[in-house]
Amino acid sequence: MSAPLQDRRSQDPQAEAKARRGRNIALALGLVLFVVLVFVVTVVRLGASVADRPL
Amino acid sequence: MAMSPALSRASSPARWQDYVQLLKPRVMSLVIFTAITGLVCAQGPVNPVLGAIAILCIAVGAGASASFNMWYDADIDAKMRRTRARPVPSGKVQGADALALGVVLSLFSVMLLGMTTNWLAAGLLAFTIFFYAVVYTMWLKRSTPQNIVIGGLAGALPPVIGWAAATGAAPLNAWLLCAIIFMWTPPHFWALSLYTSEDYEKAGVPMMPVTAGAASTRKQILIYSLLFTPLCIVPAFTGLGGLTYLAVAAAGGLVFLVLAWRVFRSRAGERIGERNDDGLYDVKASSKDARNLFAFSILYLTLLFATLLAEHLLDLPAVGAFQ
Repeated sequence: MSAPLQDRRSQDPQAEAKARRGRNIALALGLVLFVVLVFVVTVVRLGASVADRPL
Repeated sequence: MAMSPALSRASSPARWQDYVQLLKPRVMSLVIFTAITGLVCAQGPVNPVLGAIAILCIAVGAGASASFNMWYDADIDAKMRRTRARPVPSGKVQGADALALGVVLSLFSVMLLGMTTNWLAAGLLAFTIFFYAVVYTMWLKRSTPQNIVIGGLAGALPPVIGWAAATGAAPLNAWLLCAIIFMWTPPHFWALSLYTSEDYEKAGVPMMPVTAGAASTRKQILIYSLLFTPLCIVPAFTGLGGLTYLAVAAAGGLVFLVLAWRVFRSRAGERIGERNDDGLYDVKASSKDARNLFAFSILYLTLLFATLLAEHLLDLPAVGAFQ
């Protein structure tokens, strides 16, 4: 299913670099969003109960 | 899945927007809307922040199944006007990348929904992704004209997932919302396929007008409409919908039936020597009735769910409140 690597590269190196940069930023934002979501879920679900645990 | 040479040729570098297109954002918006309706109608003790994250997970899960669909159907998408500009058939995104995106988003959305709400909702989301990607896309779509009837279950489940996310249960009223979308799907898609059947035929997809003919499809649209419209009234008597809902469902249902009857009496989908290559949505004169039903079906379903949403948010009176 995967095409040869040279087929995956653009003819225009500048356009390829710009597109790659955009994809990398989008991926980074996606990962940051996921981390933030897990943090928020943890805080909300634990809520006040976090203080009830035995020390 | 055969892949045409054009599919493996990258015409331009893939941008992040192309990956967003893999998730079918327009379909995703409908999923978000129906899932929110399910979540709000459940009136469960859900935290608003967790509720919003649950809806995000359901939307991402829907996007994941769309990405699987784009990967698997690239060969037939390339043959149809409506779909040939999609990222995979147009060569912008590799099929393997679409598959990887589908896998990653499926895992993340299901796991996060489970952690955020409960595992019933997460299980239903996983089942929905599996049903759309495997049962509908890989099996039914290319093998039977009943593809969109059975496959419609995937599109009908989001309100049940939303309900389960809010309460941890899926009672009768949740499945009633599911049944409404399920019964809505055949007249909706068959009305569309009546005037796009040449595309489906070219791609070898056995849509009802291609295999059974236009006349049979028009008859089945009418039968499903006769079953669908009374079903839309039922929520008013199960405590789910109120008086406003009853009025909207009854009036809209009447219009729906009139439009379905017109399609039945028309020659929509028949090849009577007319050609119109101007554009995808330029419809032959004989198929105008089918186009009208297709357009109204979207409006009607939107109105039904918007009314339910408004009634629960504004606490409008239920049927029997004035007795």
